[in-house]
Amino acid sequence: MSKRATREAFGATLVELATAGVDVVAVEADLSKSTTTATFADAYPERFFNAGIAEQNMINVAAGLAVAGKVAFTGSFAVFATGRAYDQVRNTVCYSELAVKLAPTHSGITVGPDGGSHQMLEDIALMRVLPGMRVLVPADYWAACDAIRVAAATPGPFYIRLGRAAVPSVYDEGFRFELGKAYVVREGSDVTLAACGVMVERALAAADLLADRGVSAEVIDVATVKPIDIETVAASAVKTGAVVACEEHSIIGGLGSAVAELLGERAPVPFARVGVRDVFGTSGDPEELMAHFGLTAHHVAEAAREVLSRCG
Amino acid sequence: MSPNPIDVTAIEIRAARMRHDIVEMIAAAGSGHPGGSLSAADIVAALYFGVMTHDPAHPDAPERDRFVLSKGHAAPVLYAALAEAGYFGREHLATLRRLGSLLQGHPDSKKTPGVEVSTGSLGQGLSIACGIALGLNPQTTDGRTVYCLLGDGECQEGQVWEAAMFAAHENLGNLVAIVDRNGLQIDGACTEVMCLGEIEAKFAAFGWEVATCDGHDIEGIVDSVARVRAVPGRPGVVVASTVKGRGVSFMEDEAGWHGKAPSAEETEAALRELQAALEEKGVAL
Repeated sequence: MSKRATREAFGATLVELATAGVDVVAVEADLSKSTTTATFADAYPERFFNAGIAEQNMINVAAGLAVAGKVAFTGSFAVFATGRAYDQVRNTVCYSELAVKLAPTHSGITVGPDGGSHQMLEDIALMRVLPGMRVLVPADYWAACDAIRVAAATPGPFYIRLGRAAVPSVYDEGFRFELGKAYVVREGSDVTLAACGVMVERALAAADLLADRGVSAEVIDVATVKPIDIETVAASAVKTGAVVACEEHSIIGGLGSAVAELLGERAPVPFARVGVRDVFGTSGDPEELMAHFGLTAHHVAEAAREVLSRCG
Repeated sequence: MSPNPIDVTAIEIRAARMRHDIVEMIAAAGSGHPGGSLSAADIVAALYFGVMTHDPAHPDAPERDRFVLSKGHAAPVLYAALAEAGYFGREHLATLRRLGSLLQGHPDSKKTPGVEVSTGSLGQGLSIACGIALGLNPQTTDGRTVYCLLGDGECQEGQVWEAAMFAAHENLGNLVAIVDRNGLQIDGACTEVMCLGEIEAKFAAFGWEVATCDGHDIEGIVDSVARVRAVPGRPGVVVASTVKGRGVSFMEDEAGWHGKAPSAEETEAALRELQAALEEKGVAL
């Protein structure tokens, strides 16, 4: 299975969009090589602006470009683009409903050796509460490519969560990302594994482990965390009667919370969250860290068995 | 293009009427920011009626100049100018800060015709203005200019200097900032709360074209703006010295009038004074 980082989709897709005639621009904060916006800068230097190490200015310059009619993407790392510039995202981008598309990379613990300061585990939570903000968490490179296209084609603010580490493909080239749609990527009848981002592939692997023990798991890729696909997730919960949410993010405020909210209102069933348990990250190899923080297929399968033990 | 030559007296009359509107609407709302609205009245009147190309009948006309009120709490001065220009009916002024009003406590581009972008969180407007200037053509020397009004206290926000660096680096010749230097902020004198040092020298050090003027002299404001705008490839800033609360004697130079509405008696006294100023110019309300 081929492995590619979702961040690689960023610069390449911006080039594709510009070539196709979309009035797209990008504002970066000195991380163009890491985020891959350098690819876009090389192809379209007149559409690329580097704010230097100044993330607040990056967001508001993008906002101004959007006011002037451009589709403005921003780079930087997830921790800085959301945390450092939160007021700018809230009070200018979202409050004015501007076409600013935040697509920062280096989200989650798969950042690896840079450690806790750079491993953003609260970004989905921060972005999800903002009125009008759409939150996309692509599972692989192909989903990331089309998430960027969808964000460019849809008015208003977007947050697209991209990662540093190469991850296995879940989808094929040509995958169509539908805003607000959750994808049932494997059907099952005993338990629902609702995952996003890099955890989709792990949830699929967990479904294999569970199948070996006679448990039929349904796997849903909740690629749009906001607006969440209430119907698909609730229908699956009603069908299976048990749900596990899986994310490379804090268990507070992210996909797990979004799923808990909809289950509480629409389909209360036994539920568990797999995610980082209210702690900061730490240095290490990405795979080591995924094991350290309980984000492997094995952990997902364990959580499913625990939830099933609570079902009558 | 900008009205040329300008009719200074006509703009002074508009500014005087705007001051009257500012006090009236804040009094009706029962809250708001009179001090920094009154200090900026001449600057905003000079921009809207002596400098900027704009068309109230077509707020989205592509060839318009843009205005960003970075000191968003001075929304009443912007609303007064927009009503004076005819972007919306004057009857809306009395609805300031009320539920369902076009006129929010701080500028909201989703609600108010003529407001380019929402502001209110200080320090962000100059960065937004940089983005708009980039999105237009920074190399043009006539028309399509982005004007951005900042407070002097606001310049304590670090982001203002991120934007100052950016504008010079990107050669944004179509960007003009005006600093309303009234010397006061909520907690007192800017020099005492957090001394800004020399604002002109700071902008100059970042590579901006700098001018200073009396922020209550219409001709001086228009000339200074034209002077810094005329330099191609460089952003310009006009540091305009003003009096906070200008036009209402008991509000002048008093930090306490930053963010409170006058009482009924105070309103009456203030309006009497502002009316007298209008009558002096031969205008009756």
